[in-house]
Formats: sequence, C-alpha cells, structure tokens
Amino acid sequence: MAWFRKKKELEKEMGKREHVSLSQGQMIWRAFRKHRLGNIGMVIVLILVVSAVFAEFVAPYSYADQYNSYSFSPPSKLHSRSDDGFSLRPFVYKTTRQFDRVTYTPTFVVDTSTKYYIRLFVRGAEYKMLGLFKTNVHLFGARSADGDEAMIFLLGADGYGRDLFTRTMIGGRISLAVGPLVILIIFPIAIVLGGISGYYGGGIDMFLQRFGEVFMAIPGLPILLVMGAALSGFGFPATIVFMGIIAALAIVSWAGMARIIRGQFLAIRQMDFVAAAKAAGSSDIRIILRHITPNITSYLIVAATLTIPGMMLTEAALSFLGYGIHEPMTSWGQLLNAATNISGIEEHPWLLIPGIFIVVAVLAFNFLGDALRDAVDPFTII
Amino acid sequence: MLPLLILVSIISFGLIQVMPGDYLTRAKMNPQITQKTLNQMMARYGLDKPFHVQYWLWFKQIITKGDFGTSFETMRPVYWTLFMGDRFMWTIIIASTTMLLTWLIAIPLGIYSATHQYKPSDHTLTFFGFLGLSVPNFFFALVVLWVLVAIFKVGNYGLGVGGLFDNRFIGAPWSTAKFWNLLWHIWPAWLVIGTSGMAGLLRYMRGSLLDTLSLQYVQTARAKGLNERVVIYKHAVRNAINPLVSMLGMSLPGLVSGSLVTAIVLNLPTVERAFFSALQAQDTYVIMGGLLFFSLFLLVGNLLADILLAWVDPRIRYG
Repeated sequence: MAWFRKKKELEKEMGKREHVSLSQGQMIWRAFRKHRLGNIGMVIVLILVVSAVFAEFVAPYSYADQYNSYSFSPPSKLHSRSDDGFSLRPFVYKTTRQFDRVTYTPTFVVDTSTKYYIRLFVRGAEYKMLGLFKTNVHLFGARSADGDEAMIFLLGADGYGRDLFTRTMIGGRISLAVGPLVILIIFPIAIVLGGISGYYGGGIDMFLQRFGEVFMAIPGLPILLVMGAALSGFGFPATIVFMGIIAALAIVSWAGMARIIRGQFLAIRQMDFVAAAKAAGSSDIRIILRHITPNITSYLIVAATLTIPGMMLTEAALSFLGYGIHEPMTSWGQLLNAATNISGIEEHPWLLIPGIFIVVAVLAFNFLGDALRDAVDPFTII
Repeated sequence: MLPLLILVSIISFGLIQVMPGDYLTRAKMNPQITQKTLNQMMARYGLDKPFHVQYWLWFKQIITKGDFGTSFETMRPVYWTLFMGDRFMWTIIIASTTMLLTWLIAIPLGIYSATHQYKPSDHTLTFFGFLGLSVPNFFFALVVLWVLVAIFKVGNYGLGVGGLFDNRFIGAPWSTAKFWNLLWHIWPAWLVIGTSGMAGLLRYMRGSLLDTLSLQYVQTARAKGLNERVVIYKHAVRNAINPLVSMLGMSLPGLVSGSLVTAIVLNLPTVERAFFSALQAQDTYVIMGGLLFFSLFLLVGNLLADILLAWVDPRIRYG
C-alpha cells in the first residue's frame, strides 16, 4: 500500500540506490517512513505508551480516590476569557454540587469568584514513579493565585466521584499491555509448534494441525466469556483475573498464529540456504530457530503489530460485558462498563469517552501494522 | 467434523465444571422447584458425580434421545431456551441481511477503490474502512443509541431504541406499520455489525481486482479496443471476485460473535443473547448448547468456504 509514494520520489530513490547500498533494516525503515498514515499511527502509539508508563504523573489524582461530592461531575470547562480580559493560561472555576429541591437531581453550580489556573508540575497525591521512587509531582493541576486547589475533571467524573481522565490514563496501561503480553505467550508456542509442523511435514504436521484445529473450532468470544465467568466466580484478586484473561486469550489465539507460521516455514524450508545448513550438519532444531526463524522475523513483527488491535478489542468487549478486567483494576473496556444503560449515557455522556481511546489506539496499531507490512513486503498489494 | 465437535464439547464441559457456584445451590433456593424434581435431575445428570460421569450422562442423552439437557432457569429443554421465541429466526435474519448489505456495499466500493487507486477517494474509503474495523462493536452501538436518544431525541417522536419492535407492536399481527417499526429498530444492528466486516471485504476486493487488472489478459482486452467498462466488469471483476467467495463462509462465524456484543447492547432477541443470559445465570446445559451451536456455525462456515471456493474455481481440488 504505497499510496503516498510519489512517482518522483520513487525515481529519486531508485537513482540513489545505485550508489548507496542499504541493509535490509534500513530499506524497511525507508519504506516505512514514506507511509504517512503508518507514521501517524506510530506517533500515536508512542504517545499512548509513554502516557501509560507515566500514567500517575500525567494524571492529576490517584485512580482510586473518590471525591463523593463530585459524583457524576461533568468535564471541567477550561476558560481563557473572563470579565477582566483574556488570560493566556487557561483556568477553571470551582463547582459545587447542589440538589434540586423538588426533583432531587444534582446540578453543579459554578463559582466564578476565584480563578484556578492550570499549573504544570504541581504537587498532589503521592505515588511511586515507575515503581521506583516516591514523588508527588503531577503534570498539571488547578491552583488559585494564593495556592488554593480546585478539582479539575478533564473528562468528568464517574458515579463514585473518581476522575475519569486519571482512570483512563491508568486503564490504558492494561488495555495496551494485553496485546503484547498475549503475543509474548503465543509467539514462542506458535514458532515452535508451527515451525516443527512446517519443517518436518508428514505425520507430525498432520497431528499438530488437527490438534490446532480443535482450538480453532472453539468459538472465540463465547468461550472467552465462559472462561471469564469461571475466573470471576472464584473471587480471585484482580491481578490473578488479569493474568487469567491473558492466558485465556492466548489459549484461544495460538492455533491461528501457529498455522500462519507453519505456512512461512513450508515456503522457506525449500530454500537453498536450508539445504546448505543441513549439509553443514546443523541439527533440525538449530535450523528452525537459528536459520529459518530469523528469516521470518520481519514477518513476525508485522503479525504481532496486527494481532495487538484484535486482542485490545476482545479484551475491551470482555471487560465491557463484566467478564474481563475487574475492579480495582481498570481498562478502557472496563470503564465503559459503567455506560451500559441508555438512560445513564443520556445523562452522563462523558462516560463514553474511554471508548474514543480504544478507537484511536486500535486505529493507530492497525495503521502501524499495515505500514510495516508494506515496508517489509513491497509486493503485496493488500 | 463430528470428532471436532465432541472434543470442543469436552473442553467446554470441563471449563463449565470449573466454574464455581453451581446451579444446584441456585435451584435449591428457587421455591418453584420441589425437592422431588431436584432429586430427579440429580439422578438424571449425575450432578453429584465426578466430571467424566456427568459428561457421559449428558453425552448419552444427546446421542440416544437428541436431548441436550434441561435449562435450570426455565426448566425447559435447552433447544427451547436457546432457539424458541423466534430467537433462531431473528439470528439468521439479522446475520443474513447484514451480510447481504455488507457485500452489496463493500464490493462496489472495492471496485471503485481499485479503479481509482491512490486517488483521494481511494484513501478516504480505506480510511473509513479502517475506522469501521477499529471501532469496537459495543462502543459503536452505545454511540448510536446515544446519538438517537440524546441528540435526535427520538423518544419525542414515539420511537424506541433497542429490541426489534416498540412495545405496542410486540405480539401485534404483521402490518406495514410493524414492518417499518422493525426496519427502524434493525438498522442500528446492520450499521454496527456491518461496518466491522466491511473494511476487510473492501480491502480484499480492492487488492484482488488490482492483482487481476495487472494480468496480461486484461491488457489484451484493452488492446483489442474493448470499452473500459466491459474490461473491468466483464473481464476483471468476474475473476477478481472468486477468491472473495471463500470469505463468504469465513465471515459467518465472525457475524455471530460480532453480533453477540451488539445483540446485548441493542437488546436484540437472538441466540447470542439467550446464551449470555444463560451465562449470567450459570445455566450449565444452556451454555453448553450455545457453545456447541456456535462451534457448529463456525465449522459449517469453514466447510461452506471450502465448497464455494472449489465451486467457483475449478482448479482447486480437495483430497
């Protein structure tokens, strides 16, 4: 999908290549740099990963802190204009919840007397940066001129008065970690089993393929729901459930990956360098791991990048239905679990915002994977 | 296929056994179930026996009597709980109409995309295809509901969202009004389930047609002065569409699991929803029945894909 490659650029590139010889990695990188959507995808993925790693710093509060008097507070409005003119530094006003005397519906009354400016690197709740050292510096917060603090809910608050922005940042950690963790489990299995299957062929291939087919015949989402229900029924702590979900996703998806890798091995085992390695007396396992696997590395990276979005979507769906990630842990899908009924969404539409993060992240991974695929293999059109 | 189904059933059965909090304790709390029926069921399914005995009792009922067990919630047979009340019919209707619409829209768009390769319209189509692929079904369904209810205030016009009919039409005889009401309720399902499958189809059609267009016989057709329309639709598209036929079968199971979440959010009366309710109630035999049904759907889909592919492409031979 070299859509964005202009003809002239291509010619220039061709001209260059006569003089400079590039390594395979450099060529792939060059081809990748030309893919505009892929680059945007990469930048977005990087931003999301960095903000997930430094989530406690980026987020103004602790993700479990409940500010009960701010239950269902709508997103704070950032102002830059007031009666005394324009302010370059945006500010928020303090809000207090009041109940309607007749209907008892809560409304948030804005108090415009004091301006609370958005300040960077303010001190707040204590946390452990990267799990290493304690600090209480947060990226931003709202403070008045005399240091008084006001709550700032960039994306609003949930029913317990917890800041949705903070929870989205922390939840991104889980959502982003699920895909890579599953891949970490299924790739070794898929490479070894797919490799043996494709390299030896014959009876063992037959057996492994039939074995894999059993797993492929199990309908993915329904069985994951059953596994999730089994996991949550035991009342395990959230971290165990999280690991269980990862294992469940791996069980459901390894067979498909093994079959793809088998196909690659089938194609490569015919090549001369494999025959040469055999002639030189390499053992079979050495040929599989040291000769053939490096040759499909770029392919594996692409496959990994394109597997991540699927895993993210599945985890999100599971958590949304209540059979995935559990409180006190949170993920983007789990946050949407609060937005299940329509009357709730109608009154608190900001509860839907974590879903936008899912869409953006999945889209970014798809673009990234797509661009990588084109860069690795310029001959495929799809 | 049958051995596969049996293996799947053993795995699923084992999984459900692992699930804590069994139906027996639930059934004991239910005053409508007498101790006598409880004992009967205990004996019939060997509920106090170890796993393999239970599995064998359940399995024997299926092969000898075609009995998939009884639902502990409804105290009716499993197939009734899963399929009756038109659930099966609605599942098939929703799946097939969604598929039909996806194909009717994606194929022309794919052809357009391929014939306008690298043009802005091609890029736009691909972008929206990817967007459809990246939006989680449940989130899209929620957003559609929110837009309808909060932005367009459809409630003010006496229109409901979710389900397949407004309350006043449930149980009413078929009429034009009821049909329009059905259409009003079903289009969000089409939109949500359809968009996720659209992108793949569009991209495959585009890629396949681009491959075909670069073949020599297309060049020959152009060289002999054929109209470009004839070249594309009579020569290229006919061949380019062949590999896609296998996607027809492959997309069947995808439709079912894709519509699972959608059916739950949009409250559609389908088999998937019945399965989810059974899961919430820990209704073992209904869950088992559902899993087997979905597996069967998957296997039939794959078989259909193979058969269709061999049918449209005589070069492919099996066995």
